[in-house]
Amino acid sequence: MTTISPNPAPAAAHAPAAPSHRTAALRTLLRNRLALAALAFLALVVICALFAPLIAPADPNAQNLLERLQPPAWQHGGSGAHLLGTDQLGRDLLSRVIYGTRVSLLVGTGAALLAGVIGTAAGLASGYFGGLPDRVLMRIADVQLAFPAILLALAVVGFLGSGLWYVILVLGVTGWVSYARVVRSEVLSLRSRDFITEARAIGVGDTTIMRRHLLPNVMAPLATIGTLHVAAAIVAEASLSYLGLGVPKETVTWGAMLADGQLYLGTSWWVAVFPGVALMLTSLAVNITGDALRDVADPKAYRR
Amino acid sequence: MTATAPPLLELDALRKEFGGRPGSVAVDDVSLTVHEGETLALVGESGCGKTTLTRLLLRLLEPTSGTVRFDGTDLFALDAAALRGVRREMQVVLQDPYSSMNPRLRIVDIVAEPLVTHDPRARGRRGRAWTRQRVGELLEAVGLDGTILDRYPHEFSGGQRQRISIARAIGLEPRLVVLDEPTSALDVSVQARVLDLLAELQQRLGLTYVFVSHNLAVVRQVADRVAVMRRGALVEVGTAHQVFTAPAHPYTRQLLDAVPIPDPVKARRTRRAALAGDEETAQAGDGKTGDGKPGDGGTAPRPAHDGAR
Ligand SMILES: Nc1ncnc2c1ncn2[C@@H]1O[C@H](COP(=O)(O)OP(=O)(O)O)[C@@H](O)[C@H]1O
Ligand SMILES: [Mg+2]
Repeated sequence: MTTISPNPAPAAAHAPAAPSHRTAALRTLLRNRLALAALAFLALVVICALFAPLIAPADPNAQNLLERLQPPAWQHGGSGAHLLGTDQLGRDLLSRVIYGTRVSLLVGTGAALLAGVIGTAAGLASGYFGGLPDRVLMRIADVQLAFPAILLALAVVGFLGSGLWYVILVLGVTGWVSYARVVRSEVLSLRSRDFITEARAIGVGDTTIMRRHLLPNVMAPLATIGTLHVAAAIVAEASLSYLGLGVPKETVTWGAMLADGQLYLGTSWWVAVFPGVALMLTSLAVNITGDALRDVADPKAYRR
Repeated sequence: MTATAPPLLELDALRKEFGGRPGSVAVDDVSLTVHEGETLALVGESGCGKTTLTRLLLRLLEPTSGTVRFDGTDLFALDAAALRGVRREMQVVLQDPYSSMNPRLRIVDIVAEPLVTHDPRARGRRGRAWTRQRVGELLEAVGLDGTILDRYPHEFSGGQRQRISIARAIGLEPRLVVLDEPTSALDVSVQARVLDLLAELQQRLGLTYVFVSHNLAVVRQVADRVAVMRRGALVEVGTAHQVFTAPAHPYTRQLLDAVPIPDPVKARRTRRAALAGDEETAQAGDGKTGDGKPGDGGTAPRPAHDGAR
């Protein structure tokens, strides 16, 4: 047999790559004002979480019983020393809201990542192999969905004790089903595409096919579900902490702040309202970003 | 090759029923041999089982019964390691140039997939440079610009993509290439140039083709031998000359009557004229429609262009 090319090609030379769909996606995202505002807000939240000790005016756990339940600065009786007022133990609310971003972000992204990894692996295996693995995984998913996640969370926390990592573990493990379902249905439609057939004919292994050909083509829907799950996990953590089942008392979290504040809602609304607003705005911003991501995911690039 | 060499590919009583029901026979006891260096065309109307047959002979589907031998070894008796060795020797080009490439991969990674899978030179630290060099050569061998490595498939026309698919298929210098309707999705003029490319590569690399088509005009241009398939079964196998001039089976005659087959000499002239007059480059799209039927333009074979190359 002869070799293919008698004249070796100047292989190093290559044409400038055309603008990839990633830059196009970014441009679409930037045109969406609401998404832009949501992204800016999330950036602020991330900065607060990363640099809380530098940004927060006070130690979030420093009690001062002489300054209990002080109103926000702009209200009668408020002072510039505590811009958002203080809680029932005299702790600075602004500092607590700022520190609260840490748990929220950690739990939100941690749970979404864990659920995403489990769900993606399950969805890939289910859709690609079909047959018995598919049936088993989908039955487990059904059972899991029939079982309220919050109940499972309560059981785990009751059994293992509370703690940040247990919360992430519980919310991650209970959240995989939606990822698995979406990945599975995408894979089912990708599986019959010719490039998968060709890869199999070439002799590419199953795991490589999943990594090289399937995973990149399910990333867009995954990112969307991921953001929705981040928002849901942030709220779920707050609910657990509100019930006193989330993270330990010394850890500042919006959920526990809400629980503290509800006792004083009639007299000192700010104790509950500020963490509540922070929670609402953050999960809203994450959701808006997720929606924008879904719109942006270039349909031409991965369909047709 | 001596006359005593075993056929490169040997199908024996190959059968495939889908869903285990005997009523759904997609491939019905097909026995067939393909010899090294020839082009065997598999013809039959849509849905008659051609694609299923190719999936069986590539061991992408398990047969209900029967055997496939490649170079004397039973494909379905091979373990995973031995099967990998055989996969290296047989490659495939599929019909739909839009679905046959992962839209998320660059051209270099698409064409390099067989190399990365089978050739140790494509791995390791120096593998990347070697692979790029090799893919550049392969792209030039199929008439494309060797500098398109970092582009994405959606930037190319159907004809260009099919050339990219062919570049991928010849990368390992396989012995057998299975072409499942490789030109059916293309315009007539583009189709002719892709067929010329396939013929040229076959000569240069000593390839054996199993060429699947429902287009008898195309089959007549490329086939050494023709197997006619109907409802899963072969009704006739013979040399292209036999099948086209003296079809033995009434179904073959029916197929031939249904399609106006251009005079082969005329057809060849048309193709050459198209080649000379309309060179395809990586930048020029094939998108423009060559209107007209296969024989169109044959009435005015522009001989002046024939010597242009
Ligand atoms: N995976 C499958 N499951 C069930 N039936 C199939 C499958 N693949 C093909 N078939 C059936 O087998 C027959 C032959 O199909 P195919 O091999 O694609 O024909 P062709 O390539 O000649 O058009 C068709 O009736 C088709 O519906
Ligand atoms: Mg077919």
